[in-house]
Amino acid sequence: MSIPIPYDILRLIWWALLGVLLIGFAVLDGYDLGTAMLLPFVARTDAERRQVRETIEPNWEGHQVWLVVGAGASFAAWPLLYAASFSGFYVAMLLVLATLILRPVGFNFRDKLESQGWRRFWDRVLAIAGFVPSLVFGVAFGNLLLGVPFGFDSEMRLSYAGTVLDLLNPFGLLAGLVSVAMLAMHGGAWLALKADGVVAERASRIGRLAGLATAVLFALAGLWIAFGIESYVISGAISHTGPSNPLAKSVTREAGGWLRNYGIHSWLIAAPLLGIVAPILSAASSRPRGSIAALVCSGLGIAGIVATAGVSLFPFLLPSSTHPEASLTVWDSSSSPMTLFIMLIAVLVLLPAVLIYTSFAMRVMRGRVHLADVERRSSHY
Amino acid sequence: MTDLGIVELSRLQFALTALYHFLFVPLTLGLSLLLAVMESVYVMTGRRIWRAMTRFWGTLFGINFAMGVATGITMEFQFGTNWAYYSHYVGDIFGAPLALEGLMAFFLEATFVGIFFFGWDRLSRVGHLVVTWLVGIGANISALWILIANGWMQSPVGARFEPQTVRMELTSFYDLLFNPVAQAKVVHTVSAGYVTGSIFVLAVSAFYLLRGRHVAFAKRSFTVAASFGLASALSVVVLGDESGYTATLDQKMKIAAIEAMWDTEPPPASFTLFGIPDLSAGVTRYKVEIPWLLGLIATRSLDTPIPGIHDLVRTGKDRIESGIVAYKAVQSLRQNPNDAAARADFQAHADDLGYALLLKRYSPSVVDADAATIERAANDLVPDVPVLFWAFRFMAGLGFYFIALFAGAFYLASVRRFEKRWFLRLALFGLPLPWIAAELGWIVAEYGRQPWAVEGVLPTFLGVSSVSHGAVISSLVGFVLFYSALAIVDVALLVRVIREGPPAEEPSGRHPFAPPRPRVA
Repeated sequence: MSIPIPYDILRLIWWALLGVLLIGFAVLDGYDLGTAMLLPFVARTDAERRQVRETIEPNWEGHQVWLVVGAGASFAAWPLLYAASFSGFYVAMLLVLATLILRPVGFNFRDKLESQGWRRFWDRVLAIAGFVPSLVFGVAFGNLLLGVPFGFDSEMRLSYAGTVLDLLNPFGLLAGLVSVAMLAMHGGAWLALKADGVVAERASRIGRLAGLATAVLFALAGLWIAFGIESYVISGAISHTGPSNPLAKSVTREAGGWLRNYGIHSWLIAAPLLGIVAPILSAASSRPRGSIAALVCSGLGIAGIVATAGVSLFPFLLPSSTHPEASLTVWDSSSSPMTLFIMLIAVLVLLPAVLIYTSFAMRVMRGRVHLADVERRSSHY
Repeated sequence: MTDLGIVELSRLQFALTALYHFLFVPLTLGLSLLLAVMESVYVMTGRRIWRAMTRFWGTLFGINFAMGVATGITMEFQFGTNWAYYSHYVGDIFGAPLALEGLMAFFLEATFVGIFFFGWDRLSRVGHLVVTWLVGIGANISALWILIANGWMQSPVGARFEPQTVRMELTSFYDLLFNPVAQAKVVHTVSAGYVTGSIFVLAVSAFYLLRGRHVAFAKRSFTVAASFGLASALSVVVLGDESGYTATLDQKMKIAAIEAMWDTEPPPASFTLFGIPDLSAGVTRYKVEIPWLLGLIATRSLDTPIPGIHDLVRTGKDRIESGIVAYKAVQSLRQNPNDAAARADFQAHADDLGYALLLKRYSPSVVDADAATIERAANDLVPDVPVLFWAFRFMAGLGFYFIALFAGAFYLASVRRFEKRWFLRLALFGLPLPWIAAELGWIVAEYGRQPWAVEGVLPTFLGVSSVSHGAVISSLVGFVLFYSALAIVDVALLVRVIREGPPAEEPSGRHPFAPPRPRVA
């Protein structure tokens, strides 16, 4: 079979698609995670807590699949990235996994028993299952920019020299806070629009604060990247169409290099700009009974922030701090042209369908969840 | 080099989490379609009891579905966390069906499962029925892709080793998709799920009939489960036979181990109904045999021999020696991709490259392995014979038992004799059996593939991640504790919902399907 698209273009497309999947996850499941995170802060009674949960219960499950597909697509399109990140971040990944396991059961089991203790327990579980992945994903992204300690032997067996505690460095934690703040902003904007009464008011207040915090923390991270972090640069030539073997290049460290791409293509600055301006706009347009503008802006802000990480790193996917030459880049850690091509066709056919039926499912559940209704009837599960 | 302690721990963790995940999958597969069938009857007849049935079984489905999703994510993460070298080595092929599973199936199933629960009052009758069907179809397509991935591990078609990237790469997506082993596995496994769903409904209905509760509800559920289950049980056994046939193409060792057949018999080989495999002597004692049967099942012919274990080990030794030539050629090609002699050697011996990798356990450099080491590696090709022998016999026996059970249930439902208490008890106490059969089936499939992660391509011990003992021990202990607690909660909730039973009257009043309530802010 001959592949009608050049290998370098395929790699570029798959880099962008990985970004699309991550942004899809962060924007769609982001408000589920954010809402769950806000649960202890916006709801005081059992009915209020059920109201909060019911704003996300019918649709969250489909949103989480963006993460599952993101992981699956990196397995298929960037196998080395999948292998290195999941095994390298072993403990962090299992921590996220534990919370991802608790989420579906937390949603479903909670209202099966009347006991208040039981319900409280699952509400706490859900809040933790919103906070922990938000934090860990942010910390992981921060560490991508710093580089992580891994290398390969001649048979491409990966070794990893760090521990989970190494991830908790100041810049990693700052990135974690950016992630928590942006998802809290998004959850707040969603909840203000989807709940009513006092819950909506509390949510819009928290969402506004979180929006401002997002802009400040993200700008701070940007300054840190510009002045405080050594970046990675491919030195010398690298074939964009060569076989995927990351040991065939050399890489040097350079201060401020993560800003290089913005110098080459100045329009890329739109991503970090969006990451700062949109959260501010989201905060500004926040209303006690919610506003669509606030939700749209928080979504755009998240997209801008995730895109900034990807664009700054490009062409790196996962830089290695201990063996820079073994860093994974777009040009040397992809699947074969055939796999990339077939999976591209699959995505082009299937992802639009996903978007269509996701919007159908959300349309079916449109409208606010009223506290009075929740108080009147039992759970839908 | 790989650490064998890590290998054993990672295998144990994978086995436990996979077996645990598969406690929930078959019920999701079967129950989702049973819900769709029940709701179809409701929409066609307009009888409210069928709606109540859909909702009640739907509640049980929901508890089980949550557990299935939760434990399924573990499987997707685990290839990366614990089997990083496997992920690198075969991700180019194996990753594709996994990603497609998410894109084509899991998205569908997960998006609509919420609408199934929350959309009763927001959709028209037909609209909700379509949603229910989409959940069931999504679940089943999901199984299709996962089994295509698993089928490739049993029979790695449509791929070749690429020296420059040190991994397997896809050569034919068509072959991957239409892999006969995968096709047979899909139908066998999905039918087993239908059997599980049907036995679940049958057993719970029998419980109500024995207690004289919810009788009208239970009779209808019993009848649906009996008919659906009978068709499924026949399909499991027939398609299980197809699995056996396709396995002989690639996994001769697995067949020989299942049969505890040490020496090649003159065709057509007999089927051993019972026997005691004696490992040290390499013979099976006290055999009760059915002449010709194995030859017919496994080769569909009277004159094709089925090789025994001893012969397969001898063949394995030859393949290891041939693999060493391929391994040397790969080393040369990595230095100089234009080395024509090495290219020719590689092409002639590429199919045996995986066999050379078996040597890495004893001789990491592979090329200087002596005859004794080769012999040792070849002996590793033999899987655990007694476990496979017995697991297969129990599984197959249960398959035939299910046919009989459903035939009985179908007969009783047809003549409307629901009061046979001995039969109802049989149906109730048989509840755990389909799970036992399904788990035994996976043990035969996966444990029987050892020492390979991917048959003939990548030995399991090479597939692991370079992580620390401490990390894997803690995750393993964490999984055992966490999963045990979840299992207790899951079973307790199922029992509670079953004990409470379906509500006597639908709670939402006279109008089951109010028009959608558009209440935008």
